[in-house]
Amino acid sequence: MSAHIPFPASQARLELTSQPGFAARSALAWQDLAEAATMWHLCCTLSWLDIKLRYRGSVLGPFWLTLSTALMIGSMGFLYAELFGMDLHDYLPFLALSIVLWNFIGALVSDACVCFTSAEGTIRSVRMPYALFAGRVVLRNLLVLAHNVVVIVVVDVLLQVAPGQIALLAIPAFILWLLLGVALSVLLGALCARFRDIPPIVGSVMQMAFFVSAVIWRPEQLKSQEYLLAFNPFFTLLEIVRGPLLGTVPSMQVYLSAGLFSAAIFVASWLVFARVRGRIAFWI
Amino acid sequence: MTTELLIENVSLDFPLYHGNARSLKKTVLNSVSGRMANDSRARVSVQALRDISFHLKAGDRLGLVGGNGAGKTTLLRILAGIYEPQSGHLRIEGSLNALLDPNLGMNLELSGRENITLRGLYHGLNPAEIRKLADDVAAFADLGDFLDLPVRIYSSGMVVRLGFALATAIRPQVLLMDEWFLAGDANFLEKARARLEDMVRGAEILVLSTHMPSVIHEWCSRVIWLDHGRIRADGRPDAVMAEYLNAPRG
Repeated sequence: MSAHIPFPASQARLELTSQPGFAARSALAWQDLAEAATMWHLCCTLSWLDIKLRYRGSVLGPFWLTLSTALMIGSMGFLYAELFGMDLHDYLPFLALSIVLWNFIGALVSDACVCFTSAEGTIRSVRMPYALFAGRVVLRNLLVLAHNVVVIVVVDVLLQVAPGQIALLAIPAFILWLLLGVALSVLLGALCARFRDIPPIVGSVMQMAFFVSAVIWRPEQLKSQEYLLAFNPFFTLLEIVRGPLLGTVPSMQVYLSAGLFSAAIFVASWLVFARVRGRIAFWI
Repeated sequence: MTTELLIENVSLDFPLYHGNARSLKKTVLNSVSGRMANDSRARVSVQALRDISFHLKAGDRLGLVGGNGAGKTTLLRILAGIYEPQSGHLRIEGSLNALLDPNLGMNLELSGRENITLRGLYHGLNPAEIRKLADDVAAFADLGDFLDLPVRIYSSGMVVRLGFALATAIRPQVLLMDEWFLAGDANFLEKARARLEDMVRGAEILVLSTHMPSVIHEWCSRVIWLDHGRIRADGRPDAVMAEYLNAPRG
């Protein structure tokens, strides 16, 4: 009367040895990543269901995201073009791209903080690679971004602007973003599970970053102080994707700053993940 | 590869985080100011398990007994790989399924079918096998049209049936089971019992945590008595149970 469904061979063995030492822990962290990669199908389904759940029962479904982004960009576009004394034809495509990309970063970072705590029930009842939850955060936000990209395309088509071939430079930068997203989810997810006062700190840092990182104003508006922006990692990371999509090649300083900051995140994330991976189940 | 379960010298301290231990500010302040260093490590931790070692081979049926808080569920979670041991070694050869809590990580907002699909994907099943799994679970749990509605709106009986059907649909070689799955015989339908017995017989190794002597006598070939996180007795069911039941409570 039962289905007698066999287990896959990959789950036929479990070996855990408590080994002090960073090398052994790194090996376990690496194994975690590799296991998560083999479960990509589950990860995609979880991300898709997250989106579906959020909009279950609403007529427009995930396109509420598109609509609210469009409304925000429309209203802000007219207001700030007037305030900054800029040409709307010039400013609107810039704003649409900036807002959509920044919303992606902002939502990714705030989701990263609850990467593990929101999956408490699952983590406590079955063994799963922790990196899977990080992948889920990134994929879920990628799906949201895909809905919002519609706004950029509509604005660009209406105003007849096109970035040209330089836009291809944004592709490797965007792949870097996705990898950074996984690293940040693991890092912030673990830290926020342990210290519950970190999410509000992260929230206020991101809010501040929104205003100082040339999201709604143009870098040129800083005039002689523009060089200072290269020291703002939020700006440089945004610019390596946004610049090419607006048809400009970011400067070497921008790439250098974004690269150094990314490297720092990857290193910090690896150190934290290898160190505390086995403890996360106790913290959530 | 023959099925086996080996656990050697495993100990675990369970940290309890509450109040100040959760605060980053307090932790940072304590580590930088010498004056407050005395109470900086005032984290409460419970000695959940101490020096647990045993070895099970194919055919072994182990019962874990012990009072509340003796470490039975923690030990099952270690065997399931959910908690990683802080010292010692664990090796399990063979596919593993752990029936630890009734909801087993089900998402109550998702429909029954979506939960089944997620479980199937977790076990690496292909789409055809997932359909087979869904049919099997739906037939057993007798949910009808509710299968496509969110689990949140199910009656508690339906949630139990779904959780039980899902947990018992995929047959492992090593089965870890908390007493919940056997508790409350009165609520258990006859067919649920038959299905569970079928699964237990199919498993090569069983580890079962329970309070009930009758369950031990029916299922187990070996009993370990856990007391305050240590193994107090280990042996044949009748010998250990006689000792356990005669021990003064406290």
